[in-house]
Amino acid sequence: MKILVTLGNVPDTTTKARFADGDTHLDMTGVQWIINPWDELALTRAMELKEDAANPVDHVTVVTVGTQEAEPTIRKALAIGADDAIRVNAEAKDAWFTAQQIAAAVKDQDFDLILTGIESSDYNGAAVGGMVAELLDLTSISAVSGVELNGNEITLHRDIDGGSETVQADLPLVAIVQKGIAKEPRIPAMRGIMMARKKPLQVVDPVEADALTSYNHFELPQPKPPCKMIDPEHVEELVSLLQNEAKVI
Amino acid sequence: MAVLIYTENRDGKFTKASFESVSFGVRIAKEMNLPAVVLSLGTVDNKALQVLGKYGPDTILTLEDERFDTLDNKAYTAAISAVAADIAAKVVLFSHSNTGKAVAPRVAARMKAAYAPALTGLPVSYNPLIVRKKVMSGKAFADIGLSGEASVLTLSPNAFEVVEKPADIPVEKVNIPVDDNWFTTRVTGVQKQTGKVILTDADIVVSGGRGMKGPENWGPIEELAGLLGAATACSRPVSDEDWRPHEEHTGQTGKIIAPNLYIACGISGAIQHLAGVSSSKYIVAINTDPDAPIFEAADYGIVGDAMKVLPALVEEVKKVIQ
Ligand SMILES: Cc1cc2nc3c(=O)[nH]c(=O)nc-3n(C[C@H](O)[C@H](O)[C@H](O)COP(=O)(O)OP(=O)(O)OC[C@H]3O[C@@H](n4cnc5c(N)ncnc54)[C@H](O)[C@@H]3O)c2cc1C
Ligand SMILES: Nc1ncnc2c1ncn2[C@@H]1O[C@H](COP(=O)(O)O)[C@@H](O)[C@H]1O
Repeated sequence: MKILVTLGNVPDTTTKARFADGDTHLDMTGVQWIINPWDELALTRAMELKEDAANPVDHVTVVTVGTQEAEPTIRKALAIGADDAIRVNAEAKDAWFTAQQIAAAVKDQDFDLILTGIESSDYNGAAVGGMVAELLDLTSISAVSGVELNGNEITLHRDIDGGSETVQADLPLVAIVQKGIAKEPRIPAMRGIMMARKKPLQVVDPVEADALTSYNHFELPQPKPPCKMIDPEHVEELVSLLQNEAKVI
Repeated sequence: MAVLIYTENRDGKFTKASFESVSFGVRIAKEMNLPAVVLSLGTVDNKALQVLGKYGPDTILTLEDERFDTLDNKAYTAAISAVAADIAAKVVLFSHSNTGKAVAPRVAARMKAAYAPALTGLPVSYNPLIVRKKVMSGKAFADIGLSGEASVLTLSPNAFEVVEKPADIPVEKVNIPVDDNWFTTRVTGVQKQTGKVILTDADIVVSGGRGMKGPENWGPIEELAGLLGAATACSRPVSDEDWRPHEEHTGQTGKIIAPNLYIACGISGAIQHLAGVSSSKYIVAINTDPDAPIFEAADYGIVGDAMKVLPALVEEVKKVIQ
């Protein structure tokens, strides 16, 4: 069984919002790049599934659409344990463009399970996973917080609005994963880092594809008025403010 | 041509987010001079469907088939795209809910339509279509230009005020052939959250962090939530330690919520936590540390021990709620 994990390369989650070129771009100078947090959890779960001898998983591949600047992030994924990597050599222009690149790069490779994260932490698109599934005409299951394998049978847990469900489907399929899929993201060990250098990282050219959206202006949220402080001995003042000023209770 | 609005029901009742979507879609349709068409999938009784009329659509369509009573991304995509093609939809609108996030990008890909998720308000411009959303987990807003024949949009919950007026809109049955092959998933178990207010729907949320010290101290949080009709939430370490169930985890890697009031008790206000709650209309912070970053995000703050402040707050709220 072969698992594919899509890997987004995103700024560290503590990155401040700064803009460039007349607020038309996010300013990424000096940014620390990381594996998108959900993709890191997806990869961790993929490794757990592979390591469990009861499972028939023999290969975990990661794919990224990005320029050469994404390679440290890809190497980190290899150090965590992925067997090989594909990089589609193109700037990820938008979700539709990215999904078309991923679909084209993997369509002939018979992956049984494709794991994508629920959203990327920079643009928060929540789009690529569903689009890849549609382009490959595969079953997709979203908001997945658990994946279990039993031979070639897969059982998934997903969040629905107001609860959760256990879902089964035939492979191959796309699981769009979120928190819960793995407990803690795995940190590469020294041995992994050494081995990652020798693992195959295939660079492929992008296919012809259009982008249908463009980010053209960025803005900071309105600054909040300063916090009103209330004496802990006079909690009734808070209740009165919530009732009469904010009118929320 | 039309604006198509997908509405979600939960056990036969439409969600609040769906009412917001209909109000929003009706407004966009008006601006674009197009009819607003609402679509429901699955078995819903006529009374519930008629409620949708209050939010001003021109047409209410229902595809009554119990196979749609549970979410199947592929089947939903097939049905919604078929209806969209039928009415030549220029815009297809979803809520940015679990279902919307699961289905809308697939529908966009099938229609080869431009996709913009999680809108925070009405479009900035209609021609060309430019919409606004949050990026970097709430740290900034971005304007997105959409090109292409059609657009698929999702609306953030609590971002658009519903507009109600009584109306009597006839409900029409959709006649598209539903193919058994569309359905490729089987739901084998359901764990419904019962009794408690659902976090993503709640108007008020009371939340606890590591400053609450342990699960045994959640009594006053639950009592306060009970009094206010609020949902309970927590920070990530609290759910990681199993003090609280993981459904309560809010933040960048947990649930993103936008209630009218968020009460943060013993939460430091890390950037990743704020990413999930900063869209709340009002934030109250209770924390022993006057320099905790939560106070920068809060509207009202109390520097004090949550173990003492919360019980006092419960008593004061009791007085005004009676
Ligand atoms: C990639 C990534 C993603 C993350 N995603 C999330 C996320 O989605 N959600 C999330 O919450 N976190 C997330 N985190 C973790 C985040 O960085 C913080 O570590 C976390 O939010 C801290 O939780 P806390 O505020 O409960 O605990 P702490 O930071 O330990 O804060 C406890 C607070 O309680 C106060 N306190 C102590 N005693 C009392 C008392 N008696 N009364 C009142 N106040 C008291 C303290 O002054 C302190 O401010 C993420 C981190 C990373 C790296
Ligand atoms: N450039 C990219 N390369 C590979 N995978 C990506 C890329 N961008 C997004 N993804 C995947 O798609 C998921 C959702 O991202 P998004 O739709 O951008 O919010 C991410 O968690 C990744 O798994």
